Amino acid sequence: MSEIANIEELKKLAPPAELRRAPVVEGNQGLGWLTDKLSAFAEAKVPLWWKIAFVPAAFAATVIFPICLFYQVFTGVGVWGNNHPNMWGWDIVNFIWWVGVAHAGTLISAMLFLTRQHWRTTIGRMAEAMTVFSVMMAGLYPAIHVGRAWFDWFMFPIPNSNGNWPQFKSPLMWDVFAVNTYLMVSSLFWFMGMIPDFAVLRDRSTTRARKAVFSFLAMGWTGSAWQWHNYEKAYVVLCGLCTLLVFTVSSIVGLDFCTSQLAGWHATIFPLYFVIGAVFCGFGMMLVLLTSLRKLCKLETIITKSHIDKVAKLCLVSGLIINYIYLMEIFIAWYSGDPYERWVFGHRFFGHNYAFFGWMLIGINVLLTQLLWIKKIRASMVALFFIGLFINFGMWSERMVIVVGSTNQDFLPANWGLYHPTMWDIGLYVGTLGAFFMMYLLFVKFLPVIAISEVKGAVPHGDPHHPHGGAQKGGH
Amino acid sequence: MNEKIYGLMAEFNTPGDLLRAAEKIRGAGYRRWDCFTPFPIHGIDKVMGYRNSLVGWVALAGGAFMFLNVAGLIWFSNAFDYPLIVGGKPMFSAPMTFVPSYIMMIMGGAGGALIGMVALNQLPRLHHPLFFKKRFEGATRDKFIIVIGANDEKFCATGTKQLLESIGGVNVEIVEDQE
Repeated sequence: MSEIANIEELKKLAPPAELRRAPVVEGNQGLGWLTDKLSAFAEAKVPLWWKIAFVPAAFAATVIFPICLFYQVFTGVGVWGNNHPNMWGWDIVNFIWWVGVAHAGTLISAMLFLTRQHWRTTIGRMAEAMTVFSVMMAGLYPAIHVGRAWFDWFMFPIPNSNGNWPQFKSPLMWDVFAVNTYLMVSSLFWFMGMIPDFAVLRDRSTTRARKAVFSFLAMGWTGSAWQWHNYEKAYVVLCGLCTLLVFTVSSIVGLDFCTSQLAGWHATIFPLYFVIGAVFCGFGMMLVLLTSLRKLCKLETIITKSHIDKVAKLCLVSGLIINYIYLMEIFIAWYSGDPYERWVFGHRFFGHNYAFFGWMLIGINVLLTQLLWIKKIRASMVALFFIGLFINFGMWSERMVIVVGSTNQDFLPANWGLYHPTMWDIGLYVGTLGAFFMMYLLFVKFLPVIAISEVKGAVPHGDPHHPHGGAQKGGH
Repeated sequence: MNEKIYGLMAEFNTPGDLLRAAEKIRGAGYRRWDCFTPFPIHGIDKVMGYRNSLVGWVALAGGAFMFLNVAGLIWFSNAFDYPLIVGGKPMFSAPMTFVPSYIMMIMGGAGGALIGMVALNQLPRLHHPLFFKKRFEGATRDKFIIVIGANDEKFCATGTKQLLESIGGVNVEIVEDQE
């Protein structure tokens, strides 16, 4: 290879354009430009679209949400549609849905880091924020679903005068640990990733108040080689641990179901089913957030179409796995020969009460997802935005099918009953959606929404072995 | 201007320049110096002579501590202090103990990684002589800065300045010690 005479011969050796890796950032004009570009939104005036989006989100979060929450806590779980035999209703449906939304964030930022995907640097932070906020929403549901929220502390191993302890033989107890750990670890991961970027905003700040806030958050980060050395190690360790969490948290939620005896729940496939479903749903939410925010925050050259294309492909992959699991579930229900099992699965699609959700599951998660095979659709931001929204609804329907579909008709016909959500169910869901989007909008506006230092390290200008990064002939 | 000198600071424009300069400073026998960069530079650890960071061990210790503690807590609470028969299951067994212990191991490991990173980097430290230099703000933007400490045995205000300029450093400035 050292015989290459001139640049023309070198060009012949280069792979064709379709095979070349897309640049992490389009139209890159150097590190200073990149810093300006990435911190611009956090430093600019609050734009109009932000205010328009913030007002309804904040209304839902600060008015609807507390009203529904406190009314339920003061009155009892009976204000929801939950009643015998449907002891689990929207509260658990929404809990699983929110935990699911969280998962793609961790997958994007942790697993893609471990596999050295440079393109993740531009979307990782947004994904992590999605994780943190949606786990907050998820954690709320089981806490109030217990009915007497003031006894929640019973779930924690706190020595008390009654001398009783949590009962660790139940997966519901493991859930407490799983969701709390997920919230803690994803917040730590999110915060640690932002420390160098807080330092960027600190050094760029023009007002004293901004300087004080970001100095405090950056904790005196100087960016010395020693700091980066320890930081990178800590980051790898956290990524490894977060990757474990991707597979653990939803598995445990799945165990809540499969350790029960109910037809439709009692299946060993559930932990995997829930993990993949969670990731799929999260990628749907990621598509919604990325396609809209890249335009609204004017980050089209940073979150490039190539990155969105990759997220859409990952969404398709997880969608195909979930389709396979649906097929296996139905096959096993038939193959088991268990009449109750067959009854439940038959009624998922041909029952009188909830067949709509069963067909939504097929129509969206199985059929609509296949649109992502088409390159043109993966390049259309509008199409991806709506596909993402639909996937979220499709996955919500799936949880509805699982939770309510199995509880409403169990082994004894005398025990059957219908489930309908009440206005308090709906209000609480709207409230959590509002709280999620309110926090997300605040994050987008005031915190470094893109990992500034990571992106700078992933472009050619940041590579000491690249001519743009100052490499000279014969290595650096 | 009778303040003590903290060190000499020089700017470089690309990570490649910084890496070459760092090799020369190391070659010249300096020991107390550091590079300040907007992002981690590939290969700088080797030039600075850093060995594997201890953060991994702190995380391991945190994880192991939490795993054993939670396993112990489950044994204490469910098998020793308040044994309760549930579904005919054993009072203490691996399947029921592993999952919460494993989950808390992740929490301990993550806490250990963050605490280890913060402690080894001596953060939080809001006051630093370098923060008084306007030009140091470039270190979080697009400049690559090397600071040679005045406490280095080989430090000499004029000689070190000449060295930094000869290896391509621009805007070589004295950093005052504000302590």
